[in-house]
Amino acid sequence: MTLKAETIQAIRTAAHHHGGAKAAMLEALKLVQAAEGWVSDAHLAEAAATLGVTTAELDSLATFYSHIFRSPVGEMVILLCDGLSCYLNGADDVRDAVQQKLGIRFGETTPDGKFTLLNVCCIGGCDRAPAALLGPDRKLVGPLSADQLDQLIEDAR
Amino acid sequence: MTATPLTGRARPDRSPHSFAEWQRLGGYDALRRALKELSPDDLVSLVEASGLRGRGGAGFLTGTKWKLMRKAAAAAGEGPRYLCVNGDEMEPGSFKDRLLLEALPHQLIEGAMLAAYAIGATEVILLVRDAYRAGAAALNRAIVEIESAGLLGSNILGSGFSLTMRVHGSAGRYIVGEETALISAIEGDRPVPRARPPYPAQSGLWGRPTIVNNVETLSCVPLIVQHGADWFRGLSRTEEGGTKLYGVSGRVNRPMLIEAPMGTTARELIERCGGIRDGRRLRAFQPGGGATAFLEQAELDVPMDFGHLKKAGSALGTGALIVLDETSCPVASIARHARFYARESCGLCTPCRDGLPWVSKLLDQLEAGQGTAATLELLQMHVDLASPSGRSFCDLMTGAMTPVRSGLERFADVFAAHLAGRCPVGRA
Repeated sequence: MTLKAETIQAIRTAAHHHGGAKAAMLEALKLVQAAEGWVSDAHLAEAAATLGVTTAELDSLATFYSHIFRSPVGEMVILLCDGLSCYLNGADDVRDAVQQKLGIRFGETTPDGKFTLLNVCCIGGCDRAPAALLGPDRKLVGPLSADQLDQLIEDAR
Repeated sequence: MTATPLTGRARPDRSPHSFAEWQRLGGYDALRRALKELSPDDLVSLVEASGLRGRGGAGFLTGTKWKLMRKAAAAAGEGPRYLCVNGDEMEPGSFKDRLLLEALPHQLIEGAMLAAYAIGATEVILLVRDAYRAGAAALNRAIVEIESAGLLGSNILGSGFSLTMRVHGSAGRYIVGEETALISAIEGDRPVPRARPPYPAQSGLWGRPTIVNNVETLSCVPLIVQHGADWFRGLSRTEEGGTKLYGVSGRVNRPMLIEAPMGTTARELIERCGGIRDGRRLRAFQPGGGATAFLEQAELDVPMDFGHLKKAGSALGTGALIVLDETSCPVASIARHARFYARESCGLCTPCRDGLPWVSKLLDQLEAGQGTAATLELLQMHVDLASPSGRSFCDLMTGAMTPVRSGLERFADVFAAHLAGRCPVGRA
């Protein structure tokens, strides 16, 4: 599977916008991920070739940034905050409930390919703790109860 | 004049204003005035006189920082200068810049333009964390609007001042907010901190003089230009100018952002949040985010500014007040922070890369009641070795050890109880 023509074009535009191929590497990874859901080896190599950088250079960023996914993820990625303010407001209960509901643990994807659950550091939603980011737009949801997250998951299904 | 000049124009639903709407609210008046009436030197002096200090945590006088950069830039010779806006807010407990980015993009952009004019920058790069995509989108829309209005580009408003501006969207990782790592991130390098000297003011982005300012800091600048340095100083209760955007979270009834005079006390902020959750008693608070030392009941009336909190043994940091009540276990809380800092170490320096996971593991053992006296000794050894600044490239490790050090000092009894295999507090 090769990258879509519009992704290639967007990567070229990003290189222009960011003042060079190297400075646009992260944006290129984000464009690949937005189009494909995650960054496969083949797509990484293609993006690197488009920019004229080495695969290793691009992968050194891909493996550093926690929001770039180098393995397949579900249709909806749930980033559950495990920062202190969320913990103090019952994030552990929400974590337990969602893990039980989906039957997966952090870092895993449901067998139907619908959901991936990840724990992330403070997401700047401490006034809405416990909070999470949902989907590719990183939509902030909270304060979450186990029931509410349950509902959000049902809606997404 | 409103008591909340920084955030008073934000809409309750946080939807950003269009350029036209913002102009009707006085937007870009400060820029128009500055370009017509103020020299860059005048602007630097005005901001210095206002007492504005960097809101990212360092607390350095913003005007002085700009002045030093202008001096360094003169020595660096001809070539471009850059302004980087640090919108990577990721300190645990901090959520103030989210509001400024999402709801008030034009205010930040105007502040960045004024700063760029003051330091002679020709390009502004706004780095925004991935969790704040709505904020990045609001900035991108606002930039397009002011480009069409002729407020960006060459010879803005016939002043001879030229400027371009763009957003750099990040993708996670706390270290990106460290100013030299942020510069690396924008250049496309793996974002690890750089050694200083040279300082960014001498050799920053692309090897050129660079200023990195926080979102809140820059959002204050249009207000200073519009209303004057004395007015800005008068907003504060202390020597440090302005209002401050405090973020209160944890065990309070209504966690929220509060814009209040610089120097407002934790007691007042907690009261404005409806008090401690369910009428319980305060155990402790961190006044400025995860990397600041714990304070307790006796320090509730310390004015929350950089100077007073430093004197009290803690720090204003990002103004993120995290509240622990009597049901919150300090050992468990510190363990949460430790996991965060261990995970977010960039891995460049050995003590941080290898030390912080060890600290985190020790705290997890203690939290679970599986620690021994040796565990505590090891933890103390890490505190002694890793707390001093200068043992790694940046201050992540020192910051990470701050809650551990202050926790061991303040909650020795709770740590002792955990050694005996029981938490005297119970789960939060």
